[in-house]
Amino acid sequence: MKRLRWFLGLAFILAVFALILFWPLPTLLGWQSKFLHRVFMIMLFSGGFCFLRIALGPTAADRVAALDIFGILILGFCAILGIPTGREWYIDIGIAWALQSFISILAMAKFMEGRNFDE
Amino acid sequence: MNEIIGYIFLGLGLLFDFIGCLGLLRFPDIYNRLHSSIKCVTLGTSSILLGLFLFKGFTPGGIKALLCIAFLLLTAPVSAHVLSRSAHKSGVKLWKGSVCDKYADDSK
Repeated sequence: MKRLRWFLGLAFILAVFALILFWPLPTLLGWQSKFLHRVFMIMLFSGGFCFLRIALGPTAADRVAALDIFGILILGFCAILGIPTGREWYIDIGIAWALQSFISILAMAKFMEGRNFDE
Repeated sequence: MNEIIGYIFLGLGLLFDFIGCLGLLRFPDIYNRLHSSIKCVTLGTSSILLGLFLFKGFTPGGIKALLCIAFLLLTAPVSAHVLSRSAHKSGVKLWKGSVCDKYADDSK
């Protein structure tokens, strides 16, 4: 049973990778570079893992950890978006998102520990 | 030449990000999940930002990317440490195959 689950997960991941790498994608936002487009799709796929962990995490700490990882991934999204479009203000959105995420993770950790916010 | 090295760093960061998120989904315990995912995703996103810096050069976007790397390397381990400490204090059980728990022994 355990081996069957392992094999099914590996087959699913390989199927999604083959779909992203070999399927002729429609052009998104008028991008010229196909490589960066596929990089972006793979990062969206790994962000889906974070959402899955938020949905089925057994404790609250798992959900907060997945939220932290997703906040760091957003920084990578914005960095990749800045390359083909040539707009440099995307990285500003990434900086702001990561700062807010760090502050909120600290607040959530303090709340889980059972203390007040101004202690 | 700069663009080729930038593409190599981008692919490396993509690989690390994917493996970190897979570890976040796959490992059995909150401490194992943090151990796998925070390190991998921090290194992967830093590598992607370094690739962006190699693409842009010394323009404002590239300088901001370098600033982001420094900020990320400072804050991500702090948040992981705080999260694991608060999870241990709020009573999250370890995985049943864990060997030792030094933090509980010290805080007795």
